[in-house]
Amino acid sequence: MTRFRPVWTFALALVLVAVAWELYKVAGPQDGGTVFGWTILPRANDTAMPHVWEMISRYGQPENRASDTPILVVVLRGAWFTFRIALAGLALGAAVGLGLAVLMARYKVVERGLLPYLVLSQTVPLIALAPLVVSWGGRLHIGAFEWPRWLSAAVLGAFLAFFPVAVGTLKGLTSTPPASLELMDSYAASWRQTLFKLRFPAALPYIVPALKLAATASVVGVVVAEISTGLAGGIGRLIIEYAREATSDPAKVFTAVFGAAALGLVLAGIVSLVDLVGMRHRPREATE
Amino acid sequence: MSGGAADGRGNAVEIRGLTKVFNAGRPDAVEALLDIDLIIAPGEFVSLIGPSGCGKSTQLRLIANLTEPTTGEVLVNGKPARSARLDQDYGMAFQQAGLFEWRSVAKNVELPLELKGWDKAGRRARAIEMLELVKLPEFAEHFPWQLSGGMQQRVAIARALAAHPPLLLMDEPFGALDEMTREHMQTELLRICGETSTTVVFVTHSIPEAVFLSTRVVVMSPRPGRITEVIDVDLGTRRGVDTRETARFFAKVTEVREALRGIQPAGVEPDIEQVAEEL
Repeated sequence: MTRFRPVWTFALALVLVAVAWELYKVAGPQDGGTVFGWTILPRANDTAMPHVWEMISRYGQPENRASDTPILVVVLRGAWFTFRIALAGLALGAAVGLGLAVLMARYKVVERGLLPYLVLSQTVPLIALAPLVVSWGGRLHIGAFEWPRWLSAAVLGAFLAFFPVAVGTLKGLTSTPPASLELMDSYAASWRQTLFKLRFPAALPYIVPALKLAATASVVGVVVAEISTGLAGGIGRLIIEYAREATSDPAKVFTAVFGAAALGLVLAGIVSLVDLVGMRHRPREATE
Repeated sequence: MSGGAADGRGNAVEIRGLTKVFNAGRPDAVEALLDIDLIIAPGEFVSLIGPSGCGKSTQLRLIANLTEPTTGEVLVNGKPARSARLDQDYGMAFQQAGLFEWRSVAKNVELPLELKGWDKAGRRARAIEMLELVKLPEFAEHFPWQLSGGMQQRVAIARALAAHPPLLLMDEPFGALDEMTREHMQTELLRICGETSTTVVFVTHSIPEAVFLSTRVVVMSPRPGRITEVIDVDLGTRRGVDTRETARFFAKVTEVREALRGIQPAGVEPDIEQVAEEL
């Protein structure tokens, strides 16, 4: 049963959040709490915080009067669309992140020169970057290859995803026990052999958590990219569309928001599977 | 100083005029080793013993070419230490077994062969052979964390000897083991080295360990690290539990201890007291 413990604790946490949400609706101020004229506490009214059951039942109702598809199906379709882009973004980001980490671990000079810019890159607002990537991509014509719109979103997902992978992997690659490195030296192993037979496997406990962060970062990147580039079909577009109806149909936007959250969880879950497979022979203490 | 070890056949290890200075030319320069001459013949078992800071581990690392001498030369199997390392002429074992936790026991033993480019079948056959030598064949598919400290160290020895190197370099390999396991491992090591006719250079700070294992004990003093005495020990080829209770064993232990007592460790409190207490 201990194998399923994360599942149970996750379910329990969800229920607790739902209960807390409803308790706040009972106890919290209807029009928000103000301190010195600043609204600090969120409004507890039904427009700002719809009931949990309203949000759940909203999934079963159609998107609008013109349609008879339940909103659950619409959200799932959007999530699937975004999922594929986010997965591409994660793959791209992970590849770039791993490559940069190897370069930085190999050449101290690269680390010193590059790392500050990597940190700096993460302070660039994604919303400002999104239109640029779309326009750069639009100008790219390599033979028969035309830059598809979704690729811009994937690149923006990768832009957020590569960072934790690069930093985590670098930390892992440089944390190899000195005695093990010396052992490889005594075998006259090349840098490449040491990288693949020692540094990478030894860095796995650092790389996997970094990939989990990257998975959720990729979803955030893609969702924001969908919104700011106007890419239709994904969960990001649904969020922005449904948000416009927040006053008339407050539960609706939450259906899409939860869809995006679930998406991040699923992607992080896929990374966890990689973890389970990659770390299956390691001692318990190391995997936990 | 060579203790009659040099004969016609080419030496396993030859150290001439070796000096090692860390941070040379800086105010914090440390003379780790000064004017070391040592010749080790094939088949010998030589222990380096001395208080902390006497440079015994540094000397081993110089033989292994894991660090370069400041002056002097180190020859292993008649060639420069660097060539010997590139040719994998020696195997090495450290105080920590240092097995790769993501590799099975057999895969750990195969590591040096893999790096040498052996094919899969050959590697596996040799790994099984080596695990039989250290009496752990049934643990081939286990993972290191499932083994006790003594078993892990045996796997490390199997790994060090996998490529059948003529020379085995050991840096306090049994230092982390309990006394029972330690004595058992010493007997095992003698058997293994006898079966494979491997030359061994062994760093330790345990007097009885050095005496039990060695054909010669090299006593070193610190700051700067020098060889103060080389003591011939020959307790015969058939050493066992009883050897540790013979008068000759005790006499040799006393001889080594007295050689160590003559050393005035500079600076820090002598580690040697602790060494002497181990009997």
